[in-house]
Amino acid sequence: MKGILGKKIGMTSIFDENGLSIPCTVIEAGPCYVTNIRTKERDGYNAVQLGFDEKPERLVNSPSKGNFKKANVKPLRLIKEFRDFNSENISVGMEVKASLFIQGEKVDVTSRSKGRGFQGVVKRHHFSGVGMTSHGASDRVRAPGSIGGSSYPSRVFKGMKMAGRMGFDNVTIKNLVVVKVIDESNLILIKGSIPGAKNTYVKITK
Amino acid sequence: MDKITLVEKSYFMKNLPQFQSGDTLNVHVKVIEGEKERIQQFQGVVIGKRGEGLNETFTIRKISNGVGVERIFPLHSPRIAKIEKVKEGSVRRSKLYYLRSLVGKKAKH
Repeated sequence: MKGILGKKIGMTSIFDENGLSIPCTVIEAGPCYVTNIRTKERDGYNAVQLGFDEKPERLVNSPSKGNFKKANVKPLRLIKEFRDFNSENISVGMEVKASLFIQGEKVDVTSRSKGRGFQGVVKRHHFSGVGMTSHGASDRVRAPGSIGGSSYPSRVFKGMKMAGRMGFDNVTIKNLVVVKVIDESNLILIKGSIPGAKNTYVKITK
Repeated sequence: MDKITLVEKSYFMKNLPQFQSGDTLNVHVKVIEGEKERIQQFQGVVIGKRGEGLNETFTIRKISNGVGVERIFPLHSPRIAKIEKVKEGSVRRSKLYYLRSLVGKKAKH
């Protein structure tokens, strides 16, 4: 297992060696710093804690200031743990760069999707709506339909798909292809789109 | 430099001629047929340009055997061997879609 933290920059398309245009998402991945290493003996599980995106000292509370000082890194905005990280040659305070990944690899990308607010069932759960606008039913076009029986069971089942807040979830997309890695500027290009707006934090794992 | 440009920079084609809608271009396109690669020419009028950066494309229209043919090329495509500017046009708009409904001499500009 390996992984890195990053930030979504935006989308573009590049040309491959056959002259085909490939749509891709640009992610600024790193420099990340190892802030802690969890071990089976001491913590009960194996993991590596990475931090990303420097922040000014004045925004840090004193407990985490101590943590950063112990790891000998600058204060960081985002801290995430990676379970069963391949931790050979990894020490606390070390820098992890985009060059961890190579071209052609398949990776999983996790990020926070765009918030859509309160949405109806047609948009939120892909319902097809109830009917048409004729026969006096013009108000039923985007309606959810029946949500259950009446006297039995006399209640609505838990988890019934209804209108509500949509988006702003953690979404993982698996098996995305790394199109290109630019080492000098820590950029990773991933084929296709990924969840979330620009400047969203992104977790890439393999 | 913003990071998207940084990515696209290395793919930009050099020595592209400056052209705009109304100009007549001769585009040398690389065509791959099995193992062989040859150059095919496509000459016609630019009827529009869109997009920016690496995603910029242009549309070329020509009349081939009495039939209007349009082709959209990515400006920075590596499949384009060469772009030749044949004639400069003088037009008053950026999208020349009205040419589609004109025939013969009227389609000149």
